[in-house]
Amino acid sequence: MSTVAPVAGSSAPPADAVTCTIDGVQIQVPKGTLIIRAAELIGIEVPRFCDHPLLDPVAACRACLVEIEGMPKPQPACAIPVAEDMVVKTQVTSEVADTAQRGVMEFLLINHPLDCPVCDKGGECPLQNQAMTHGNGSSRFDGTKRTFAKPVAVSSQILLDRERCVSCARCTRFADEIAGDPLIELFERGAKQQVATGPDAPFDSYFSGNTVQICPVGALTSSDYRFRARPFDLVSTPTACEHCASGCAIRTDSRNSTVMRRLAAEDPEVNEDWNCDKGRFAFKYLSEDRIKTPLIRDPETQEFYSASWPEALDLVADKLADYRGRTGVITGGRLTRDDAYAYAKFARVALGGDDIDFRVRASSQEEVEFLSNKVAGTGLGVTYSDIESSPMVLLAGLEPEDEAASIFLRLRKGVLAGSTKVASVSSWVSPGSAKLQAVVLAAAPGDEAMVIDALLKQSSALSEAGFEVSTQLRNKGAVILVGERLAASPGALSAVAALAEETGAKLAWVPRRAGDRGALDAGALAGLLPGGRSLTDQTARAEIAQAWGINESDLPAEPGLDLAGILEALTTEQEVSDETESAVESADVEASEEQEVADEALAEDSAKAAVDQIAEEVQLGDDEPQEPRIDALVLGGVDIRDVPNIELMREALREASFVVNLETRLSGISAYADVVLPVAVDIERIGAYANWEGRLRQFPKVNPEATAQTDGRVLAMIADEMGYPIGTGDVVEYHNELDSLGYTTGERVSFNSVKPGSAQTPGSGEAVLASWKFLLDLGMLQTGDDYLAGTRRPSVARLSPATAQSIGVTEGDLVKVSSDQGTIELPLLLTDMPDGVVWVPQNSPGSEVYATLGDAIGSTVRIAGGPKAVSDAASADAEVSA
Amino acid sequence: MAEMPENLPQPVRGFGTTFFTMFRKASTEQYPDEKVPTQPRFHGRHQLNRHPDGLEKCVGCELCAWACPADAIFVEGADNEAGERHSPGERYGAVYQINYLRCILCGLCIEACPTRALTMTNEYELADHTRESLIYTKEDLLAPLQGGMAMPPHSMVDGMSERDYYSGKVTSATPEQFAEVEARELAEEKAAEAKTDATIEAEKVASDIAKDEEQDLGGAA
Ligand code: SF4
Ligand code: SF4
Ligand code: SF4
Ligand code: SF4
Ligand code: FES
Repeated sequence: MSTVAPVAGSSAPPADAVTCTIDGVQIQVPKGTLIIRAAELIGIEVPRFCDHPLLDPVAACRACLVEIEGMPKPQPACAIPVAEDMVVKTQVTSEVADTAQRGVMEFLLINHPLDCPVCDKGGECPLQNQAMTHGNGSSRFDGTKRTFAKPVAVSSQILLDRERCVSCARCTRFADEIAGDPLIELFERGAKQQVATGPDAPFDSYFSGNTVQICPVGALTSSDYRFRARPFDLVSTPTACEHCASGCAIRTDSRNSTVMRRLAAEDPEVNEDWNCDKGRFAFKYLSEDRIKTPLIRDPETQEFYSASWPEALDLVADKLADYRGRTGVITGGRLTRDDAYAYAKFARVALGGDDIDFRVRASSQEEVEFLSNKVAGTGLGVTYSDIESSPMVLLAGLEPEDEAASIFLRLRKGVLAGSTKVASVSSWVSPGSAKLQAVVLAAAPGDEAMVIDALLKQSSALSEAGFEVSTQLRNKGAVILVGERLAASPGALSAVAALAEETGAKLAWVPRRAGDRGALDAGALAGLLPGGRSLTDQTARAEIAQAWGINESDLPAEPGLDLAGILEALTTEQEVSDETESAVESADVEASEEQEVADEALAEDSAKAAVDQIAEEVQLGDDEPQEPRIDALVLGGVDIRDVPNIELMREALREASFVVNLETRLSGISAYADVVLPVAVDIERIGAYANWEGRLRQFPKVNPEATAQTDGRVLAMIADEMGYPIGTGDVVEYHNELDSLGYTTGERVSFNSVKPGSAQTPGSGEAVLASWKFLLDLGMLQTGDDYLAGTRRPSVARLSPATAQSIGVTEGDLVKVSSDQGTIELPLLLTDMPDGVVWVPQNSPGSEVYATLGDAIGSTVRIAGGPKAVSDAASADAEVSA
Repeated sequence: MAEMPENLPQPVRGFGTTFFTMFRKASTEQYPDEKVPTQPRFHGRHQLNRHPDGLEKCVGCELCAWACPADAIFVEGADNEAGERHSPGERYGAVYQINYLRCILCGLCIEACPTRALTMTNEYELADHTRESLIYTKEDLLAPLQGGMAMPPHSMVDGMSERDYYSGKVTSATPEQFAEVEARELAEEKAAEAKTDATIEAEKVASDIAKDEEQDLGGAA
């Protein structure tokens, strides 16, 4: 028998093809293809445990033995590439291969406990399956099996049952080759061989969950999922990760509509086979403490009461109609692209304004222009495969391991393969940068623009390595990845844009949150309409007005306020409105007196009327009737802790006459809201995110019984009630509308370059504060996931040795970092970084920068030594990095 | 019964059958006045068995649920937490339900059970007025304590491993186990008594705190 099977997906054989024969079938495959892969191409499955397509072959388990003509003994198919004219016989045609495979299987099972009934892998276990397909029915072994104490927690979220391990080294190779955290290793030899961690160095990798997924037996299991379900209980749904802008494909497994676990789904274009532990283990927020009904604040008691939807919608529509043109819209990172579009449309059509911002974080006008001009509505730009083989990837204001974990994995893959080089403009060499072998161009916060400018000019200020970076940036395929944090450094985005222009490097913007790129494309930003259209461009206005069924003149004429503008407008108009307010207050008193007399229901109305009337009178009575610029707020998915100046935000919320909050759970914003409307989380709806590449990541509904409404639907209901309809609120409708709008063909928002700023100069006992968020921190979507929290990185303060010496502290001592608002006290970790800079995590236990220090990142803060302290966290971390 | 001649017309043969039957011995059972015992291996209501010291045999593996052709069984496993041991080993069946509106009493679940936790009794009186009452929970299905058994949760027999339980080395609960259970029950009783007095006070305080918190939360608007 001799059939020629062509290489999959190609008609003509590639130049470097080799031809071999497997089980009598001749096949052409690219040079270097492993026998096990070649066999797959013709539909023959050779058993395997250690083999994994994304890990280097080790031939550790010997399950894949096949017969190769001319070789004296059976050989592992997973480690030998096919050679020209090689003749291979697998278990299908070779008695020898079959016997060898059965022998290995019997051998592997000798010490295996076969405790499948209590093993989480049971039902989806490659060992179970392959013991059935390629093993003998019974064993000749009747001795006592090796036993180990079980389970061992290799980290708070990963448990190890050593007796089940088949020593395939998939987990250790993953940790070493893919994640770059070689914290688990195979120790001992022979029957005693076992996976273990070093003493006091738990497997605290951001990617540890992947080992559970690839372990071919139940040796590694997740603490969170342990004993909770069986594969046959689970309904698997392919979803998209909502935790960051990487856009990983996820498999969500649910039982009776409750999410039991999440796994990385395979997407070769995006996350390959992996994801990070946040995407895998953080999902308690989906079900815990959800709001079920609309909540309205009782004006009397100031407490929330549960209201019906009609009542809440009536109230909200009434109020917003009053404040039409004076309502700010602020959205957070949880929004899907369709929801963001709904907010964008709602702000323009129903609220008749353009005061909308999705950037709840440090931001600038420079960023508005940069994003509107360079990023919004540009579609799929730089991709994962671009960064995997790029002569130079420059990271600016971005720590991929913490802020976009899948980018980190892909970069590392490229770096290890030698196809990518990485450089980073950062304040210190983070563990992530070290694992990427990145050239770190040290920049104190504020100095980024200067450093980037130096790369552009190839100035003499550059180190040798820096010069090398600037040269490689000029090579074809070079990429600049800009993090959202760069917005806080004046001139840095302008410098980056100029650098890209000069060098020809491709530019991509990497936000932290899953929803941000979609929000940008959907036009949830002042001055920016959907598809990258400029609010002031005639063509764009005409297109949008037509699509939305309104007159062009109904669209706001001038760009509105962004977050900073909205907050300012609310907080500086105090004096003007104070008078009005006190009048309203006194009216309130009158009204409540009245109320006592009258019948309750009626009284409420008349009270309201009285308030309105008096308010009106006061307004009319003014010589110059001055309407406040912003009067009401609509907020969705906003975590108040993300606002740099929390105090200002609180003041603004207090000043606002009416605050509506669309939320899944009560938040720091809800505390100030007049009405809270409950909305759906991802598992209760369909939707889509756009990831940092601009790739659409759609997800279906996981929980078929869920009835919660999407943000978009709620907004549509309010808009209907107000008499300015924005559509039915259906996700697909929004989606199609946005798609058919396409990208702008007109003039983009102009980008006015800003001069490079420079870091503040700290005096003695001072330092400039640098910070970013760890992957695992106090984020809203991680609440309740305690096993996950156990693998957070310890909170430490970092100083250069010279700076530490100047305030008289040494490693492990407590350092006090203070602003006028408060003090953060953390153990010190000496770090190679610029002098006069202090780094603390932005939102970790004991280190909530915005809440404690205020808007201090990039400014000087006071640093001082605290009392001596022995912190386990600091010393453990020091050991690891030593 | 006498064979009916083949050549008679169909209707006649039909009436013939009825006629002859009138003279046969009736096999009417006088249920429920007289309850005839079933065959010893009759498939009746299930039972969740215990080890000789009272610990549960079920490990919550769900194999019974997997085997069930009628999807009548629902199981949720859980960890034996320290101080809360229900079975030897790590895992036990925390939730166990059989829906007798679905069960066809086929016994496949019994065959699937790896620990002999699940067996069937001869009880066949499985009828009731509501759907809920026909979903039997773990409490309904667990075998009653026999002599020598102590009511879980309690620790395993000292010095015995999970394996020893299955190889029959445990024959009854030890005095230590009984003492443990007694101590626990005493403590629970005390706690319950103490609660009745303290509850009213505590609940009042709790609600006050909750109110305060809410006020903090809502202090703004
Ligand atoms: S690893 Fe697989 S074969 Fe081993 S006990 Fe678990 S399910 Fe059974
Ligand atoms: S723990 Fe699992 S993945 Fe790791 S070596 Fe053992 S069997 Fe392989
Ligand atoms: S007896 Fe049959 S139908 Fe009833 S629970 Fe067991 S397996 Fe299911
Ligand atoms: S009864 Fe048996 S089969 Fe069912 S869960 Fe318990 S141990 Fe497993
Ligand atoms: S799969 Fe080939 S040796 Fe393990």
